[in-house]
Amino acid sequence: MTAIGQAFDRVDGAIKTTGAAKFSADQTYPGLAHAALTHASTARGRITEIDTTDATRVPGVLAVITHHNAPKMKMPSVGLMPPVFGTTVVCLNTDEVHWDGQPVAVVVAETQEAARAAAARVRVSCSPLPSAVDFSTAEAKPQKNSMLQAGSARKGDALAALESAPVAVDREFTTPPHNHNAIEPHTTTAVWDGDRLTVHEPTQNIGGVRRTLSAAFGVPIDKIRVVSEHVGGGFGGKGLVWPGTILAVLAARVTGRPVRLVLTREGVYRTVGGRTPSVQRVAIGADREGRMTSLVHTSVTRVGRTGGGPEGVTIQSSHLYDARNILLRQNIAEVDLLANTFMRAPGEAIGTFALESTVDELAHELHMDPIDLRMRNEPTRDPIGDKPFTRRNLRAAYELGAKEFGWEQRTPQPRSMRDGQWLIGWGVATAFHPPVHLVANASLRFSTDGTALLRCGFHEMGMGAATAQAQITADALGIPFEAVRVEHGDSSLPAGPMAGGSNQTGSVAAAVHTLAPKLRRALGGEISVEALARKRKPYVEVSIGADSPLGRATGQARLMSKFLRDRRKGVRAVTGAQFCEVRVDADTGEIRVSRWVGAFDCGTVINPKTAASQLRGGIVLGIGAALSEETLVDPRTGRIMNPSLAEYHLPVHADVPEIDVHWLDEPDPTMPAGLLGVGEVGVTGAAAAVANAVFHATGKRVRDLPITLDKVV
Amino acid sequence: MRVNGEPVVLDVPPQVSLLDGLRDRLGLTGPKKGCDQGACGACTVLADGERIVSCLALAVQYEGREITTIEGVASLPDGAALQREFIRRDGFQCGFCTSGQICSAIGMLAERDSDAPPTRDEIREGMSGNLCRCGAYNGIVDAIEEVAT
Repeated sequence: MTAIGQAFDRVDGAIKTTGAAKFSADQTYPGLAHAALTHASTARGRITEIDTTDATRVPGVLAVITHHNAPKMKMPSVGLMPPVFGTTVVCLNTDEVHWDGQPVAVVVAETQEAARAAAARVRVSCSPLPSAVDFSTAEAKPQKNSMLQAGSARKGDALAALESAPVAVDREFTTPPHNHNAIEPHTTTAVWDGDRLTVHEPTQNIGGVRRTLSAAFGVPIDKIRVVSEHVGGGFGGKGLVWPGTILAVLAARVTGRPVRLVLTREGVYRTVGGRTPSVQRVAIGADREGRMTSLVHTSVTRVGRTGGGPEGVTIQSSHLYDARNILLRQNIAEVDLLANTFMRAPGEAIGTFALESTVDELAHELHMDPIDLRMRNEPTRDPIGDKPFTRRNLRAAYELGAKEFGWEQRTPQPRSMRDGQWLIGWGVATAFHPPVHLVANASLRFSTDGTALLRCGFHEMGMGAATAQAQITADALGIPFEAVRVEHGDSSLPAGPMAGGSNQTGSVAAAVHTLAPKLRRALGGEISVEALARKRKPYVEVSIGADSPLGRATGQARLMSKFLRDRRKGVRAVTGAQFCEVRVDADTGEIRVSRWVGAFDCGTVINPKTAASQLRGGIVLGIGAALSEETLVDPRTGRIMNPSLAEYHLPVHADVPEIDVHWLDEPDPTMPAGLLGVGEVGVTGAAAAVANAVFHATGKRVRDLPITLDKVV
Repeated sequence: MRVNGEPVVLDVPPQVSLLDGLRDRLGLTGPKKGCDQGACGACTVLADGERIVSCLALAVQYEGREITTIEGVASLPDGAALQREFIRRDGFQCGFCTSGQICSAIGMLAERDSDAPPTRDEIREGMSGNLCRCGAYNGIVDAIEEVAT
């Protein structure tokens, strides 16, 4: 029996349910000091005075570091690869303030209470500079095409086809900024030993932390160890290096003490970017039978003037519908706010909201079932590039989901389904996410006790990554799951890929699939204790990649060639069908999500238990985006007004119904073990499914997230 | 006070929270700090069997009380069973909120004055002070329901 496909419990279950798992803020060192940040409260300006007198007087304070006394640091150069740090501003090396919330001082003290008290006593005066902080009025420019993301794409003349279409809908949508809100705040514990540095840091990119700190402090990369065994949630927010990490290391260097900096929740909002807001236009033209003749999707998102990247809002729109004419264009506005960054399913999370809401509107116009409309426009090859799909069976996903949900019982007319006070609505939307594929270094060892050890510096932030890799390794070697141990989350291990773009399970699996035959050859053709005994060694180990300048350069070359090869193979994506039932109070407009079915075409499922959790988790985040989540930025000052878990409303237990997830379990022929990453796809389509259900319940179409009750009554 | 059944002396200034006292002074790092303002529930511990958010509790106010953290719940009724079912039902992903979820579940079940097992909706309502950003809510409710019935 193979290990792949079995619902094993997580390998870290015991330590995570007993409090024994050590997260980054749980690491202790003798003489550990604590740091806290002081933030600027100016959108743009120059510091005219920074008074540290009162802060220094707080008992237990060891140092107050500002731009007056901080050593010089620098950010790594930005090469061909995407940057690994969030903002180009070297905090505490400048008297300029670039965003409201920028750290301008670090206090180090014997206790965290003293550090926090002193940080609040640092007084900062700024002379303001002209700033633009209001996204709604900021000037947007077309996004340029790059190797990583197209800013625009077209097929035929979509605008002319829209004009002449027998039926057309042309709509505008808006989505607010979002914050990741991993329950574990960003935390750095930094320890210098001469010029050697150890950093405990919850990160999705160990290599990125190392590279950034190496440049910032002028220390060779191999003198820096980054440990990140357990990450308390990431969702993209721990993918880049943000100022707190650098400032904690700085504080340790200045004081000569081990230093821990745990960001306050407010500190996370002020110094770690979130998802950009968006304004989107989706227009679809069709004939009377529902065949799309034109699809237009354009977007405006924002970046910070000192960092952030384009949001791929229109990506799914180039792959989902076989429209004869397509026009996609993304525009970007630069503002004086903290840099934006990627958040779970960047692009598609909000792009599918606009696209899939509009498709639902078109179905309503045509008096057609929204699934039927989608299937009439389901492509056999990628609509723009005419490349093949590596696999695509969205039809089967819809059939499966519709059956499980009971879709045929739906009456199409809005407000036609009711249960007493509750208006009932059923909505549906397509999920789409293209997982990326990176490369991993790894080593694999087989020992005399019949166990295998996989070592790879990948990241475990709750995906069940270590459990999945143990299953993949067990099958690759033909040994039991229980005989595999996995080490991860440490730069002293062979370098893993960053955790992002739903790549990690596949990328590490590819390394395992390269190593297993190597190990078999090293053992003389079979993996067994007997074969090892013939070698007269305690273990045999094989590896890929090396942690040296040459090894790292080779790794980059492997990555680039894989990227280009993959692109030639075709379009690889997870698709799915999201079905949602909402209940809306007929008088108050209160919206409850009462039922959910998701059916996905996501390749081979390695572990049904953890994969289901990944998909459900994505859907929960999508429900949050649909109904309650919104980061409020003051359009006059650029200050985030709700930087707390009390005022930014995540879904809680009572907001989340049973989420029934299904999959086709058909392998992707281009991926190791046929698997596709499922970390992000659950978010996509979810907000549209809710919005479409709300329309079906109430007859009100809400095109502005979140769908709060005031927009429904 | 007593912590997890052992007498301890926690000599701290009055502004130190119970959470920081447990974590920084006693080395009990199971309870987590997610928000430091009582909004996320990751710091939930039991004080004489009642669940509290330890970030909003001052350590000095708990003199003479019996505190139980995740490190000590295995010896309480339902404690070990909840730990087992959280694993079996996949009631967590990253594990950061888990200590608080389990302590909160023990406290919630103890608060009930009915002998009838709680419904899933009651569990959801009673657990809504404990946030899970990974979205493991279904598994958490499954685990609690399994133990409570």
